[in-house]
Amino acid sequence: MIIFNNVSKRYPSGYEALKQVNFHLKAGEMAFLTGHSGAGKSTLLRLIALIERNTTGQIVVGGQHLGRLPTHRIPYLRRRIGMIFQDHRLLFDRTVYDNVALPLVIGGFRPPEIRRRVRAALDKVGLLNKEKSYPITLSGGEQQRVGIARAVVNKPPILLADEPTGNLDPNLAKDIMNLFVHFNQVGVTVLVATHAVGLIKHIKCRMLVLQHGGLIGDTHLRMMR
Amino acid sequence: MKRPPVPPPTPPRRSPKASQMTYGNAWLTHHLTTLFTSFGQILRTPLPSLMTAMVIGIALALPAGLYLLLENVQHLSNEWNGTAQISLFLKQTVGEEKAQNLADWLLQKKEISGVQIITPTQALEEYRNLSGFGQALTALEDNPLPYVLIVQLATANTDLGERLLEELKRKPEIEVAQFDMLWLKRLFAMIALVRRGVIILASLLTLAVLLVIGNTIRLAIYNRREEIEIHKLFGATDAFIRRPFLYAGGWYGLLGGIIAWLLVHFCFWLLQDPVKQLSLLYYSQFELVTLDLLSSLALLLTGGLLGLIGAWLAVGRHLKEIQPR
Ligand SMILES: Nc1ncnc2c1ncn2[C@@H]1O[C@H](COP(=O)(O)OP(=O)(O)OP(=O)(O)O)[C@@H](O)[C@H]1O
Ligand SMILES: [Mg+2]
Repeated sequence: MIIFNNVSKRYPSGYEALKQVNFHLKAGEMAFLTGHSGAGKSTLLRLIALIERNTTGQIVVGGQHLGRLPTHRIPYLRRRIGMIFQDHRLLFDRTVYDNVALPLVIGGFRPPEIRRRVRAALDKVGLLNKEKSYPITLSGGEQQRVGIARAVVNKPPILLADEPTGNLDPNLAKDIMNLFVHFNQVGVTVLVATHAVGLIKHIKCRMLVLQHGGLIGDTHLRMMR
Repeated sequence: MKRPPVPPPTPPRRSPKASQMTYGNAWLTHHLTTLFTSFGQILRTPLPSLMTAMVIGIALALPAGLYLLLENVQHLSNEWNGTAQISLFLKQTVGEEKAQNLADWLLQKKEISGVQIITPTQALEEYRNLSGFGQALTALEDNPLPYVLIVQLATANTDLGERLLEELKRKPEIEVAQFDMLWLKRLFAMIALVRRGVIILASLLTLAVLLVIGNTIRLAIYNRREEIEIHKLFGATDAFIRRPFLYAGGWYGLLGGIIAWLLVHFCFWLLQDPVKQLSLLYYSQFELVTLDLLSSLALLLTGGLLGLIGAWLAVGRHLKEIQPR
């Protein structure tokens, strides 16, 4: 589903955030992406959604070579990727409901379908009672969960999460991680970037470790067992 | 977040048929929603929006009003054009009887369809009403005005008219004989000139409208930069992002058009009375032409269309610069 082949990313400032990264995440697979702060985790996720273009190497997402994807096709790539951002990126002048509905409105869904799906997504993150609130009135953790509901609301085949549990207490964080596992169990390809190694070590799944832009570890826990 | 074991969500891959079913009237719903949301956004900042609409309104009202004024002049001169006439100012010494005889003689001629006699008393009365020198004129002992004959020509043929004029000029009773066509010709030439001026003015003001709307939309785009970025992150196409701004531009243009319509109507309403008095003086049934239904619609449509185009130009230039981080 996601193939990185000798991918490097050099920012315009000259800083090389990713160096020769190789991995293959199969459809329906789940992996954690860890590494110190500044290792390049966010950069790697942004390359997949074409928020940034890689400098060298090839990236293939869902069979599509990103290097050959014309600009006008980028929106359709992004509709197949649910993305959760480190800084939430909510619309503060819209209600929680409208924030979560955004990918569906963009995708041209019918209003009744939108209502049904938004409710279901908010229910999954435990925020159904907050649908009429504005994000500014929510706690950091609640805002993060709005972002998660928005990412999964249109049931994308790929889910990318950048530090999704950063502001959550350990119990809630565990719930959210379990939610990702459940998504993965129904066939979604999931890639979660996180610092919280302690939180994920009990989850049996693949771990990609970045250090200074290089992929220094790719452990299939199944093999280690 | 206490949940029973998560109910199995539907598989992520939707069949193409199912995804197609979600379109259809969703498209229309989305367009209408965007249309009214963008209007709501304009209403949310009433004062700046009104000011923008006012500028557009004034810029539209100027050429529309001038054009209408020209229409009126054209209308008026057309009314006169068909009935070419010659004014004969008789000598002071010519009295009523002689004037009447002259009129009868003129009426015999086949080139002449009618003769109207204006007596010095009538002329003075008229002048008194028109000039407002009522008191001063009453103080005059003798009426200084001569008899005037207004000769209506039966033909619009200018050669025949010229020959008749030459003949009349030689009559001893007549002090001055003049063709009223001459100033009409000058008027026509002037109308043509002014019309060109109005077209130039209209083009310049059209440009102004485009710039005003373009600038307003540019500001709106930068105010909603974050929103645009987030929309792009979730797969919004350029068309989707462009749409609310285009509609906003259309609304501004339409509001400007409405304001222009009101302004033009107000100005012509102010002119109505003076024009009525003037046309009475000229024995004319002239009625001021105002914006009819069709030209009203054209004005509103022009406003809306200019708004759309202005927004399109602004959006095309500035949306490209905004890419999600
Ligand atoms: N737009 C940019 N321009 C220049 N350098 C950048 C840019 N974005 C990130 N970097 C640099 O690239 C490196 C990797 O950044 P990235 O955000 O991918 O790290 P990260 O692993 O997500 O860190 P964190 O865990 O703190 O979020 C950092 O050193 C950062 O300074
Ligand atoms: Mg990061």
